[in-house]
Amino acid sequence: MGTSKQFIVRCLNMRMLLVFATICILTLPIRASASLGDDVGSVQADQARMKGVQRTTRTELYTVHEIKASEGTVVREYVSSAGKIFAVVWQGPFLPDLRQLLGGYFERFSQGSQARNNNRPRIRGPILIQEPGLVVQSGGHMRAYFGRAYLPDQVPKGVNIEEIR
Amino acid sequence: MRKVIFEGSLILVVFGMWVLFTECGGGGSGGGSNTTVNSAENVQPIVVNGGPIAADSSSNIIYPNAAFTSVTVCVPGTSNYCQTIDGILVDTGSVGLRLLSSNGGGALTLSLPTQTIDGNPLAESVQFGDGSYIWGPVEIADVKIAGESASSVPIHVLDHDFYTIPNESSSGGGPEKDDLQSLGANGILGVGQFQQDCGGACASTSGGVPLSIAYYECSSAGCHLVSVPLSQQVQNPVALFPKDNNGIIIMLPAVSGAAATISGSLVFGIGTQSNNGLGSAAVYMLNQNHAITTIYKNQTMPNSFIDSGSNCYFFSDNAIPQCTQSYVSGYYCPPTTLNLSATNQGANGTSGTVTFSVGNASTMFSGPTSDYDAFSDLAAPFKIADNFLWGLPFFYGRTVYTAIEGMDTPAGQGPYWAY
Repeated sequence: MGTSKQFIVRCLNMRMLLVFATICILTLPIRASASLGDDVGSVQADQARMKGVQRTTRTELYTVHEIKASEGTVVREYVSSAGKIFAVVWQGPFLPDLRQLLGGYFERFSQGSQARNNNRPRIRGPILIQEPGLVVQSGGHMRAYFGRAYLPDQVPKGVNIEEIR
Repeated sequence: MRKVIFEGSLILVVFGMWVLFTECGGGGSGGGSNTTVNSAENVQPIVVNGGPIAADSSSNIIYPNAAFTSVTVCVPGTSNYCQTIDGILVDTGSVGLRLLSSNGGGALTLSLPTQTIDGNPLAESVQFGDGSYIWGPVEIADVKIAGESASSVPIHVLDHDFYTIPNESSSGGGPEKDDLQSLGANGILGVGQFQQDCGGACASTSGGVPLSIAYYECSSAGCHLVSVPLSQQVQNPVALFPKDNNGIIIMLPAVSGAAATISGSLVFGIGTQSNNGLGSAAVYMLNQNHAITTIYKNQTMPNSFIDSGSNCYFFSDNAIPQCTQSYVSGYYCPPTTLNLSATNQGANGTSGTVTFSVGNASTMFSGPTSDYDAFSDLAAPFKIADNFLWGLPFFYGRTVYTAIEGMDTPAGQGPYWAY
């Protein structure tokens, strides 16, 4: 039975990750607020912020950085060959920090969300904000959240947006 | 952030009429809604009538396709310190009783004991899927609905003024909904698939840090994240009933296009009484995402939900035009009503076809039906192809069962949906 040893190793790894994450947060306080539309460097900031484990996969047209946060939510950041994050996708038991994930686009999303809340016939359910150059969708409920945000103008040619999930 | 909007005493008088203090001795009266009467102890009337904001004619807001009921809360162990609150949203997509404080224009005036952790008040921040959020203390109440009663239930009281809202709460980008105009209800009765609202993630820590951003311990130093044992989290009151505690049934009449208001029933228990058997209903067990699979126009969507707290169908179909008029932005507006179908599949292999219609929202919310509250054909785009959300119109003309996790039923243990 190697499980207890594996558990200890995993704990040590998690602790080291936490220390690493703390150092990153302390040394990168400004970088930690960048993401969608930013360059690939902000992926590391998100990883640190989410105290997450990262996995990278590549296709011909883009690279996907998948970060699994300790509480279980998975975030995938899609990076073009030019090094720009053109889409982010999330799924899991908690809503990720969209202020962090959407970066400079957060305020536009937030304004759209506030405006929707003031519609005369209330609309209650997942949200879809479509604006020139920005699409954000967010839905789900406690224990099961999902969403996607992307920059239509920066999606690499040849990529079907339905594969961004 | 939005602040509480209420001015003047007229509105307070109106709210006063929604609130009935009861002696709690005679089985709790229904609170004045003109719904069908059913005397069974496990049957509670529900109504789709626009809810509390419909009573405020100055607001010009309507809340279509929302089912409301009343709930009685009492100071634990007492029968004289009780309040019956009407206008509470019936939500199978969430778990736990949440009551809007009078600070936020809600009906709750009864003082209840606060749940403590390490001797300090416990508070909760809940983010909805659309990024909006609610905040306030966890309090303890005896919860009585119809003839059912659960003792010492942790509930959530929504109160913007409780300590200071943590910064993390607003990280979803949506509005705070701790006021009546935003929430559209005096509270939410979450009767979904789980026994607690958060579960294991909120009871755990990693490196001494709580995993979730839901629960907070508050003191004079402010509120900080805390892990909370399952039994102290906000609970599904149904699971704490001594009987009829394995799930709920929602029954609403069919709606042909639009109806001013409709009345139906919230029934407690599945197969526990002569009036709550599964009958011919098909059982859809849930997959690892706590969801079912919906297949629509050759798209397979394994993250699909049945949710009475969402007020229309949400799904992706690029062939259906979206509304261009700002007053119905966010809804679908096909030129003529579309008759559509989809197939639902459960993790247990159950499969069945659902027919539904999508109408023009700008037509629904203008002309003779503009003040109606029930619309069978209301739909909105949500363009993540994994998800089909069956909101309240799905419940019209159906008997829909929601079974709670870990509870035995005649069709096996929950969680599942059946209809």
